[in-house]
Amino acid sequence: MKNKVVSLEKAMECINDGVTLMVGGFLNCGSPIQIIDAIVAKGVKDITLIANDTSTTGIANSKLIASRMVKKAIVSHIGTNPETGRQMLAGELDVQLVPQGTLAERIRAAGAGLGGVLTPAGVGTDVSQGEATMTVEGKEYMLALPLKAEVAIIKGSVVDTFGNIMYNGTTRNFNPLMATAADVVIVEAEKIVEVGELDPSHVVTSGIFVDYIVGGANNGE
Amino acid sequence: MANEKEVIARRVAKELRDGDVVNLGIGLPTMVADYLPEGISIVAQSENGMLGVDAAPEAGKEDPDLCNAGGKYVTAIRGACCFDSAMSFSIIRGGHVDVAVLGALEVDQAGNLASHIVPEKMVPGMGGAMDLAVGAKKIIIATLHTTNGKHKLLKELSLPATALGVVDLVITEKAVIEVTPEGFLLKEIAADTTMDDVVRATGADMRVSPELVYM
Repeated sequence: MKNKVVSLEKAMECINDGVTLMVGGFLNCGSPIQIIDAIVAKGVKDITLIANDTSTTGIANSKLIASRMVKKAIVSHIGTNPETGRQMLAGELDVQLVPQGTLAERIRAAGAGLGGVLTPAGVGTDVSQGEATMTVEGKEYMLALPLKAEVAIIKGSVVDTFGNIMYNGTTRNFNPLMATAADVVIVEAEKIVEVGELDPSHVVTSGIFVDYIVGGANNGE
Repeated sequence: MANEKEVIARRVAKELRDGDVVNLGIGLPTMVADYLPEGISIVAQSENGMLGVDAAPEAGKEDPDLCNAGGKYVTAIRGACCFDSAMSFSIIRGGHVDVAVLGALEVDQAGNLASHIVPEKMVPGMGGAMDLAVGAKKIIIATLHTTNGKHKLLKELSLPATALGVVDLVITEKAVIEVTPEGFLLKEIAADTTMDDVVRATGADMRVSPELVYM
């Protein structure tokens, strides 16, 4: 099976100005922080960021916000990063807030070849204003459209060289969903192992979704 | 006198049944786990992707791969389980959570909930609140009765809604109030307050249960 381990520099060639970028993780847990740091170092501009949140000050996604690299953020929560709120209220950053379960389903739908999902979350609130709604078996739902990206950067706990991924604890969150919904998927591995070392029953994300692997034992190569 | 938040957390804990799948919101609701009555154990769900959340770890024993939805380190009960965000919200929206204990900015007599935005002042985003509010079988609001003397229990929300017609029970430091099709029903009152005080602190009419008791 193809060995997809590359240097961080090689992986960064995919991430350029104007990119629509999914970033896995939930408040830093399961976030690909080395790749994010590399994006900051490269100075990528006008990113459309799709993520659960903009993290907490000083780490992970918050660095993209602090460096003003993001022009639009599609996220469920920004309350833990005051700078995101400041930029939004000052009109410097376009923030689209999406209910967390809807965000997950929109990403899943894109990766699963669905035209969207019908969700009850947000019906009757500002979130459903102007959106298509539908009544099914007497209950009202709103249509949530698929959400894709050009590049997804995700984090895996143990990754084999083909890109099969195992996630420890709560690092899983949005990572396996985003792995299915982007043209190019880069996984930052905590640890890299040879193909065959992961028990197939423990693999959550198949290597078929992954294009590049960085980090792990080859960190810094 | 016990502090107000502790009074609320203790009373909410009494609503939980052994084996309930419970989502405890950030802040005051998280405290509920500390006051579960003897013999009651719950399966705590955290929307970042875990069932069986347990207390914070001892200093020095934190596992950076095990956090709750507030980003705080947690431990796992025996038999805990981790999953992705789509599964987490399938559990939430699919009616597999027995009780969600949430905070609130406002609740009105129709059971409408406002908890996620004060326009142009506080815009943290809804996170999982909209999904939890429509998905959990029972919604308990754990909140102080007023904020700096300002009513939170109202005839009609003044803030944008997080979800409509979802609140079942409101538990404050002063009272336990059920949301019925006829509006608020006062069921319990704190021993250190008076009926007048509760009425003054509530911005909507309340009926009083014939079985009114002290909290």
